[in-house]
Amino acid sequence: MADARYRPGDRVRVRKAAPLGHVRTPFYIRGYTGVVERVCGAFPNPEELAQQRDGLPAQPLYRVRFRQKDVWPGYRGNPADVLELEVFQHWLESS
Amino acid sequence: MKDLGAYRPLDYFQLMEVSLRELLVEKGVVTEDAIAAAMATMRARGPERGAAMAARAWLDPAYKARMLANGSQAAEELGFEVPGLRLIVVENTPQAHNVIVCTLCSCYPRMLLGLPPEWYKSRPYRSRVVREPRKVLAEFGTRIPAKMQIRVHDSNADMRYMVLPMRPAGTSGWSAERLAALVTRDCLIGVAVPKIPKTPKTRKS
Repeated sequence: MADARYRPGDRVRVRKAAPLGHVRTPFYIRGYTGVVERVCGAFPNPEELAQQRDGLPAQPLYRVRFRQKDVWPGYRGNPADVLELEVFQHWLESS
Repeated sequence: MKDLGAYRPLDYFQLMEVSLRELLVEKGVVTEDAIAAAMATMRARGPERGAAMAARAWLDPAYKARMLANGSQAAEELGFEVPGLRLIVVENTPQAHNVIVCTLCSCYPRMLLGLPPEWYKSRPYRSRVVREPRKVLAEFGTRIPAKMQIRVHDSNADMRYMVLPMRPAGTSGWSAERLAALVTRDCLIGVAVPKIPKTPKTRKS
C-alpha cells in the first residue's frame, strides 16, 4: 500500500490529465483545487483493475471538498456551498 | 391481447450479460435458480434498513456518533449485513443540507436502500445536481433556504453515502418504528426531508 501523502485540511489540486480507459476522477473536477476532508483508506487502483491487473499497491483515497463557486463559473447559491468527491492519491498534487 | 412489444435484437451489453451468465451456469459457478433468487431479494429490498438506522440515530446520540464515525459498523450493529460496503453517513443540520449523487454511474448503498430509483441513474440528475443543486432540489419540492449550505457528495469511487435527515419537530415521544416511517428513500438520498403526514381534520357534524 502506498503511503498517504496528504492529511485532512491539506490543499490539493486534481491533476488536469486525460488518460484513456476507466478512470474514476470525473472530468468536471480535473484541474481544480480543494481541501482534503478525510482519508478514506487505500484501495486497488481502479484504472489498473479495469485492465485485469491487481491494482496494487493500493492507492490512498481521499474525500476532497471543493467550493461550488470555484468549480462552476457563475454558480448561483450560497458561496459556502460545497461539492465533495473521492480522489485517488495519484490524481492529486500539492497546491 | 397481451402487448408483446416489438422485436428488438439484444444490444452489445445485453448480449455480454447473457453470454457471461450462461457461461457461469454452464461451468457450474452459479445456478439459474441462485441468480433468480438473488434478483428477487434485491428487488424486494426497500429503504427500511436505512430508515431504521436514521430513527435509531434520532433516539440515541451515542449511536448517532458511532454512525457518523463508521456507517458500515452502525449498520451491522442493527443486524444489517453489509459485506464490502463502506458507508459514510452525512448529517443534515439547520446549517447544512446534504445530497448524494454518483456522476459516473449509479453507485448507491443498495444493501440499505434497495435498488436506486430510475431518476438517480438518469443523466439529467447526475449532471445537474452537482452544479445547480438548489434548482434540482426545488424540482423535488425541497426548497433549501439561501443562508443554508448545501453539500453535494459525489460517490464516484469506493465509498457509498447515506444522508441522516433532521428529525422533524413535533415527534417527541415517538417510537423508533413510528419515526422510521417518516424516513423515505428520498430523504436518505437528500432530495427530500421527512415530513409529518397531515392528519385529516375531523369535520364538525
